[in-house]
Amino acid sequence: MTQGQSPFDESAPDADGDNGYYYLRLYVAGHTARSMAAMTNLRHVCETHLAGRYEIEVIDLVQNPRLAAGDQILAIPTLVRRLPTPLKRIIGDLSDTERVLVGLDIRRKADVP
Amino acid sequence: MPPEPATTAPSKSATGIAGFDEILLGGLPTARPTLICGAAGCGKTLFAITFLVNGATRFGESGVFMSFEERAEDLAANVASLGYDLDGLVEAGKLALDHVRVERSEIEETGQYDLEGLFVRLGYAVDSVGAKRVVLDTIESLFSGFSDTAVLRAELRRLFTWIKERGLTAIITGERGEGLLTRHGLEEYISDCVVLLDNRVIDQIMTRRLRVVKYRGSAHGTNEYPFLIDAAGISVLPVTSSGIDRPVSNEIVSTGIAGLDAMLRNGGLYRGSSILLSGVAGTGKTTIGSHFIDAACRRGERCMFFVFEEGAEEICRNVLSVGIDLRRWADAGLLRFEAARPSLYGLEMHLARMQRDVAEFQPSVVVVDPISAFRGPIAEVHATLLRMVDLLKSVGITGLFTSLRTTGSLHDGTDQALSSLMDSWIKLMDIEANGERNRVLYVIKSRGSSHSNQVREYRMTDSGIELIEPYIGPEGVLTGTARITQEAREQAAAERRQRDIEQRRRASERRQDALERQIAELSAALEAEHDEARALQLADAAHDAGLSRDRSAIAARRGGAE
Repeated sequence: MTQGQSPFDESAPDADGDNGYYYLRLYVAGHTARSMAAMTNLRHVCETHLAGRYEIEVIDLVQNPRLAAGDQILAIPTLVRRLPTPLKRIIGDLSDTERVLVGLDIRRKADVP
Repeated sequence: MPPEPATTAPSKSATGIAGFDEILLGGLPTARPTLICGAAGCGKTLFAITFLVNGATRFGESGVFMSFEERAEDLAANVASLGYDLDGLVEAGKLALDHVRVERSEIEETGQYDLEGLFVRLGYAVDSVGAKRVVLDTIESLFSGFSDTAVLRAELRRLFTWIKERGLTAIITGERGEGLLTRHGLEEYISDCVVLLDNRVIDQIMTRRLRVVKYRGSAHGTNEYPFLIDAAGISVLPVTSSGIDRPVSNEIVSTGIAGLDAMLRNGGLYRGSSILLSGVAGTGKTTIGSHFIDAACRRGERCMFFVFEEGAEEICRNVLSVGIDLRRWADAGLLRFEAARPSLYGLEMHLARMQRDVAEFQPSVVVVDPISAFRGPIAEVHATLLRMVDLLKSVGITGLFTSLRTTGSLHDGTDQALSSLMDSWIKLMDIEANGERNRVLYVIKSRGSSHSNQVREYRMTDSGIELIEPYIGPEGVLTGTARITQEAREQAAAERRQRDIEQRRRASERRQDALERQIAELSAALEAEHDEARALQLADAAHDAGLSRDRSAIAARRGGAE
């Protein structure tokens, strides 16, 4: 499992500013089927819609329980969009692609007729 | 970890909340979740916080407070007024605070999820301080954050199981819902112990109450108990829990008024008994109460004076005018005044406050002045006073209760209802006659002791209350000026009688003297008569002898010559 590709440094990604770059954090808890599904779904969405301008950090709360409080994590899996601001939380295994796109503001609600 | 009290069935964790542990017969069930529910503002969070703070400071059990509503810093500020230093406890590693923010608008649901994050956070917080106690306040907020209630319910069930498995003693709070104990039916999942808090406003006075709805595997107090939240924290009042059987004392305590003591066969009242002092306005109820306190303080006992109509300073000044100096006892720490307006709290709040103050000060004499200040439905007032009396008796405190009667009639409804609670009942009255008002008192009853049946007049003098020797005459009991004039009248009559008798005695003596003189005179006359008689007799005899001698001389001469 991929985890903690960058150290848990809150300020680092913010330096990038808001230039269409997506910095995402996926919180999971252990190697569950649901976690794996979420990761797969996320990569698929990102590759499809955000190729080349995204970064995913996966945090396993089983190994780093301390981090759950910081991002107000309750549900697992939770995807947090750190950038662009504002911060967004998307919960669930990300199987509903339409709602993931709305949640990440990749597809505006206006796109839906 | 502290040794759990070795009870039978479920072991218990004390909350350290005065009175609450008594109702729970020890505390909340250890390693079980307890539901505390109630409407907004009835003290759920405070109960929970107190449970944790006491756990950390008194029972050596660390705790975790997971708040779903208030932020940790708000929480710390809110309970700082009660003297709880949450930040200090957090720094000392005895408490962990975690604020769980649930914001529906920020959350997009995109498929299946569970609440493992909550478990992770709770587990982490528990491990970080080695917690034995956990509070989840108010976990139902989750229902507003997640749309999939089926998942939520399953997760809550799992959470409560997890709490048991981890051996955590937990308090879960919940808002009261329509027709349910909680909005989302949490009571369905937490079945070990459910406590319901309530706050009711009757006649603009709010009273907090608490009831243990259930406690699996343990007996518990079943009534609604009032509780109090003030600067000293929470106090719950299991007042009716004590039975009638209690140790009794044969010791007699003085009322502080010599004449009144004398009216009671034992020379006073039993220690630990309850005395009702009822009377109309201005009959000196407070003064007699002050006498009682003064006497106790002189014996070196601690006294508590609950006053509901005057301030402490006012009372001190007023009774000083009859020579009772309460101020010095207060200064010496033997006497404590507790003054409050009756309308400040509901009846039960007053009771709660009194119970706490009494427990704190440990007095041996308590005076409540007056109980008639308590307004409300008669049954409720009666119940409250019963508990008040009960409370004092259970710890052997002598209680004097004054009661203002609005009518001057001998028997008034309120007193009558109260009298059965009291061991002694002294009634003060005023009698209006001949343009003046006089105060009298009598002892209606005194359990375990005979007492005078007399109605006695008393006066307030510079040196306190004085009972006056009763005037009982052919015209009945008289008081005041009538008594004085009657006494004067009687005295005059007595003097007159005395003079009369003296006169007659002297007249009689004179008559006796006269008679005696007469007797003496007659005796003298008699003696003279006797003398006369004797003289006559002698003369007679001499005459006879002379005659016979003459006759014989004549005969001899005649015979010789012829």
